[in-house]
Amino acid sequence: MGGVEKMKNIKFTIPEEEILSSGHYACQGCGAALAMRYALKALGRKTVMVIPAGCWSIIDGPFPYSALGVPLFHTAFETAASVATGIKAGFEIKGKKDINVVAWAGDGGTTDIGIQALSGAVERGEDIIYICYDNEAYMNTGVQRSSSTPYGARTTTTPKNAFKNTDKKNMVEIMAAHNIPYTATASISHPEDFIEKIRKAKEIRGPKYIHILAPCPVGWGFPPNLTVKIARLAVLTNMFPLYEVKDGVYKVYKPPSKKPVEEYLKLQARFKHLSEKEIEEIQKKVDINWKKLLKKEEMTNQQII
Amino acid sequence: MRLVLRGNHAVAYAAKLSRVEVVAAYPITPQTEIVELLSNMVASGELNAKFINIESEHSAMAVCIGASATGARAFTATSSQGLALMHELLHWAANARLPVVMANVNRAMAPPWSIWTEQTDSLAQRDTGWLQVYCSNNQEVFDTIIQLFKVCERVSLPGMAILDAFLLSHTNECVEIPEQETVDKFLPPYNPKIKIDVDEPHAFGGVTKPDYYYEFRNKIQCAMEQAKKEIVEIGKEYGELFGRSYGLLEEFFTDDSEIILITAGSLASTAKQAVYQMRKDGKKVGLVRLRFFRPFPSEELRRILVNAKYAGVIDRNISFGNQGIIFTEVKSALFNICRGKDYPKLYGFIAGLGGRDVRIKDINWIVDYMLNNEPEEIIWVGLKR
Repeated sequence: MGGVEKMKNIKFTIPEEEILSSGHYACQGCGAALAMRYALKALGRKTVMVIPAGCWSIIDGPFPYSALGVPLFHTAFETAASVATGIKAGFEIKGKKDINVVAWAGDGGTTDIGIQALSGAVERGEDIIYICYDNEAYMNTGVQRSSSTPYGARTTTTPKNAFKNTDKKNMVEIMAAHNIPYTATASISHPEDFIEKIRKAKEIRGPKYIHILAPCPVGWGFPPNLTVKIARLAVLTNMFPLYEVKDGVYKVYKPPSKKPVEEYLKLQARFKHLSEKEIEEIQKKVDINWKKLLKKEEMTNQQII
Repeated sequence: MRLVLRGNHAVAYAAKLSRVEVVAAYPITPQTEIVELLSNMVASGELNAKFINIESEHSAMAVCIGASATGARAFTATSSQGLALMHELLHWAANARLPVVMANVNRAMAPPWSIWTEQTDSLAQRDTGWLQVYCSNNQEVFDTIIQLFKVCERVSLPGMAILDAFLLSHTNECVEIPEQETVDKFLPPYNPKIKIDVDEPHAFGGVTKPDYYYEFRNKIQCAMEQAKKEIVEIGKEYGELFGRSYGLLEEFFTDDSEIILITAGSLASTAKQAVYQMRKDGKKVGLVRLRFFRPFPSEELRRILVNAKYAGVIDRNISFGNQGIIFTEVKSALFNICRGKDYPKLYGFIAGLGGRDVRIKDINWIVDYMLNNEPEEIIWVGLKR
């Protein structure tokens, strides 16, 4: 058997078709661009993307160009979930029930300005997929802090001598608390898991929320070739655990070996100013959150009634 | 079929007969009854639409934008604070060229809290690219909604039909409700050339540099100009089918009038009654009832006002630091044509803010004032000192 013949027998775990085209406007090493690439592979072409203000308003390219390969409706900062609701309703009343309507927003558009519309949409049970690509600050406007910026990080509005001293808003738990059918986290460092979760979301009716960590070389301060490595370290240090909550039941991915948070933090300029004591603080918080998460998994997997 | 309907219910019946497909709305007094009735119509199957109980007016407009972009006929209703909250998305709907139609119940802005009528809420949305129609009775409210869908869908711009809080929204009047088939004949289904379509993917509203943005704005202005023609044409067509014609404005005894009053909304009904009485008393008084504020009927106003001796605008609204909003607009429409002429003398009256009653005797006072005083740009009618 020749090389080409052998290739035919390889079963790819990630769909080969590229729906996002090259030539888009993302920075080198952009985690959000890679996230979109994987998401579209899982979603397919029967998808509409609703994108509010953020990096992705730019990444797709200026009029009249678009890199996306599926319809993209740009919208106001706080309206991803509500515009997606309207698009879904418009399709449904016309009998088009098989189109994935996806709200694709950054952490600012999700955890800050868009949280009201998002909470409303999921409470109403809208049949949409909401994906937050979380680069942990307002990157498109030049790295200002958001409620999703982690404790300890410096941004252009939380300089190193007054770094962000409150915790990252836990949007995943906020969504899970809405009792929606499916909530999950995903990482570009674990593409098979990422794609499986989006495929799962496609099959579920009702609101789905997926939170993706999207490392940003410019805003976080690391060389663009380290994006995937940093995303992986976020998972392996339990800074960003991979888990899902399906119908209230938690399922948590346990990394084979736990790494100290320092390994994740030290690669990024945004954490450079942190003292040993502060890093210890972060480690403690991460450990507590991880334990809580495992408890939730244990609790929700037990027969309650 | 003739029904005794309050303005709010006239809106809901008109939306139903227009076969709206997506309705998203948030409650606010005095608009709430519109969406209550629509939600019941959807729940009973009388109206085949998606009714979305949204969490704010801002999101209500966002839903309408999304739905309209798929080619569905979208409708909402609001008032006052709700309209102000929508402001950003009013721009979005117009700039995205989506023919969303809404009813706005004119209500004064807080603080202090007021639920009574005033036009400042809608007039403050002047530059958002929405068509604005001020109605003066419940039949007109009903007829306007149906016509507005047709006009808006033809020019790809959104439009609001405006009715006064309580004076129309909660006042029962006889309203002629036509058969669905007749409305269908007048208003075909909405089927835009460009819509969100997975078989023909496009990006809508992406970053546009100065090399194209400017032309997009020009196209909106052209669409507004086109709307002036469509409003008149569609208003006539409506008259042929339903027996009631409409235009950009309504004239009442304007042909030979020396004194012309200009106003909008239900206040115009009171003014009409006053003018009618004054005519009987031999005064050469007439009335222009402004229906459309956007597009603004400058040409018609020039034609009507150029030969009048006195023109008085009664504004149930105010632009603080300047004057009544409609007064400014009327004055600007007349500027070039009246330059170097003594007439008409232009008077700007403020009346009825926050729902204060404007009575026939107030209109009489206004006319007397004009006959006995030199023009002033801002004259407060019935102000307590």
